[in-house]
Amino acid sequence: METTAVAVQTKPAPPELEVVNLTKRFGTFTALDQVSLKVTPGSFHALLGENGAGKSTLVKCIMGFYKPTSGDVLVDKHSRTIDSPKDAHHFGLGMVYQHFTSVPAMTVAENLVLSRYDSPQWINWKAEYDRLDAFMATSPFQIDLRTPIAQLAAGQKQKLEILKQLYLNSRVLILDEPTSVLTPDEADEVLGLLREEVTAGHLSVLMISHKFREVMAFTDEVTVLRKGQLAGHGYVRDLTVDAMAHMMLGEKKEATPVEKVTVTDMRPVLELRNLCADRDNGLPAVRSASLVVSTGEIVGIAGVSGNGQRELVEVLAGQRPRHSGEILVNGEPYQSTRREMARHQVYTLPEEPLRNACVPHMSVAENMALRTFDKPPQAKRGLLSLLNIRRMAEELVKVFSVKTPSVDTPVGNLSGGNVQRTVLARELSSTDINLLIAANPCFGLDFSAVDYIHSQILAARNRGVAVLLVSEDLDELLKLSDRIFVISDGELVYESPTASADIKTLGQKMAGH
Amino acid sequence: MASEALGWWGIPLAIIAGTLRGSAPFLFVSLGECLTEKSGKINLGLEGTLLMGAMSAYAVSYLTGSPWLGVIVAGVAGMFLGCIHGWLSQQPRVNDVAVGIAMIIFGSGLAFFLGKPFIQPSAPQLPVISLGAWSQMPQVQSALQISPLFLAGVAIAPLMQWFFRSSRWGLLVRAVGDSPDAARAMGISIFKVRMASIVAGSFLAGIGGASLSLFYPGSWSERISSGQGLMAVALVIFARWNPVQCLYASLLFGGAQAIGPALQSVGIDSYYYLFNASPYILTLIIMIVTCSPKRTLTGAPGALGQAQE
Repeated sequence: METTAVAVQTKPAPPELEVVNLTKRFGTFTALDQVSLKVTPGSFHALLGENGAGKSTLVKCIMGFYKPTSGDVLVDKHSRTIDSPKDAHHFGLGMVYQHFTSVPAMTVAENLVLSRYDSPQWINWKAEYDRLDAFMATSPFQIDLRTPIAQLAAGQKQKLEILKQLYLNSRVLILDEPTSVLTPDEADEVLGLLREEVTAGHLSVLMISHKFREVMAFTDEVTVLRKGQLAGHGYVRDLTVDAMAHMMLGEKKEATPVEKVTVTDMRPVLELRNLCADRDNGLPAVRSASLVVSTGEIVGIAGVSGNGQRELVEVLAGQRPRHSGEILVNGEPYQSTRREMARHQVYTLPEEPLRNACVPHMSVAENMALRTFDKPPQAKRGLLSLLNIRRMAEELVKVFSVKTPSVDTPVGNLSGGNVQRTVLARELSSTDINLLIAANPCFGLDFSAVDYIHSQILAARNRGVAVLLVSEDLDELLKLSDRIFVISDGELVYESPTASADIKTLGQKMAGH
Repeated sequence: MASEALGWWGIPLAIIAGTLRGSAPFLFVSLGECLTEKSGKINLGLEGTLLMGAMSAYAVSYLTGSPWLGVIVAGVAGMFLGCIHGWLSQQPRVNDVAVGIAMIIFGSGLAFFLGKPFIQPSAPQLPVISLGAWSQMPQVQSALQISPLFLAGVAIAPLMQWFFRSSRWGLLVRAVGDSPDAARAMGISIFKVRMASIVAGSFLAGIGGASLSLFYPGSWSERISSGQGLMAVALVIFARWNPVQCLYASLLFGGAQAIGPALQSVGIDSYYYLFNASPYILTLIIMIVTCSPKRTLTGAPGALGQAQE
């Protein structure tokens, strides 16, 4: 333990990490093919690539989750055998996962102590707190040690994940899309502070990312993977966004420009009147929300995660009882029953689609039929027509380019982007859709998937669909929505047409000022 | 002071006496279940474990003449059942509640089968600790005759609380029960931690059984547990998965159990069976009051009872 404390003080230089000709096969599928990569000490290295390009496989091979089929991982010029994250930790490598790995019911301090591989069997909390306070004083982020994880905002949780690695004395941090749950300001803060540590020579960082803005602003070098192969490498100062996108996607692909058609004949579709809802613990989450969404417009709700957005969407989707207030759809009271959804043609793209919009163990075809399986042609005289369900699913898989081995594959086995596409196919394939409620539809997806989903939502809007878009990604809202609201502590505190919205004011309102 | 005529004061005294005598099985089973559930698994089979513990403790005490050896064997018998539950309930696509119900039937069936020859003979009982010597009243003296196992249970509750807060293993158990993904990311074997928790919890439940057959009521019969093992599961929910609150809840249940006999002791025989049913009524009331579809229970381990991947 003494050594840990001393090591924190001196902060030795990070080791050099090098991957040479790494190949990883799963059965007949080659996930990585002869990939090489070098993270020089004290550099901020970005690993770019689309979903399925092999980025996660590569870092998992480095961290010892997977055993490479061939090739070497070198730390300080020596080939190392890394069979587990514990071995990786021994060589100073630490990984921050895309999903939070802290235990929600425990405090920050308990999580930090538990994460240590050498923590003592009997914990002297007073001594541990002294040591943790000393560590916090020298660390780039500050978090209250006695707060339970469940009460932290997403940004703080992400900071804690990074802190955990610093606390473990990791000198090479591997970050798997660390900013996907953060607001732009939070992302800039976290990456900026890491950048300072890197510049000071305390750390090396290897960051998986989709966001060119962050790559341009914070990193030194970039390695690009495409379909399991090395597609390019270079110094960020020599590269343009276009050049990197070209390496990543193969052919030159540009974000589909946003084209909005003005819809005449605007009539209100969704109307909320003083809607209130409670959190799981019974405390108020949504406080008297009132808004109107009309045909042919996208109404955005911006806000930092945990300010009542999730509960609002759950009430609209029928997953949570409302406390009070009214929901009107097409002027009629709406209780989110299946019958009402079908009658008013209300569709939903909830966040975490695997949890909120799919039955993971049921097949892609069955999941795609969840809305329509009891109506002709998928059901005849009360019996399901499995043939028609299959046919419809095969058609949708083609139209929405869902990458799945077959329509009989359980949807839980698909990657995140393809789960989202499956849900999108089910929710957007109806021709007379009337109201679409979308919550963080692009969370954790790569560039081309995001672009696809955005264009689908816009196309729906241009057809005259009323869209309520709840998102934590402000860029997304500014790009898509016609009017924008800000939700803070369960209240809609700001409303403006997007064209005239002041970004500074938006940020302040989101932060609760 | 009139030592004979306690009158109506006899009722609270009898309830206190009954509480001190009868809450040890609740206490041990609920502490065992608390440990098990903290690791994310439910073990309804502790009802069977309790009976198995009661039978084996009584049998060993009778055969060897040593009640303490009986207590240890009861714990070991519990661990044996715990191993079966721990392994079965962690197989893929196996539901721990279903396994638990099977284990109730298996544990009680095994206890009845092996326990047949021990219903008649009387086995040496555990020694009694008398805390009532300060009083002149024989009623008080007899009320304060306490089982050493009860005292052990009272000591284990805060120890377990401390274990969860201040030991690495305790933190590991909580991590596994609350967020298996996080635990896996730390390189912890979910299977081993849950197995150890279930086995240790079953050890405690087995000792609870020993308290039934070797102290109060102090005999072996097939109806000895009367569902106390199952009630202890409800009790853990009531205690919000907190060992010290398990102690208080056990005293409450033990007290409820003593209402019927206490009233009878002062001559109130009407509604005897109704009063005897008070622990069951209490269980129902607790379930209704604490469970709401609108909110999650605070303190519940996040992954409690979730299927294995």
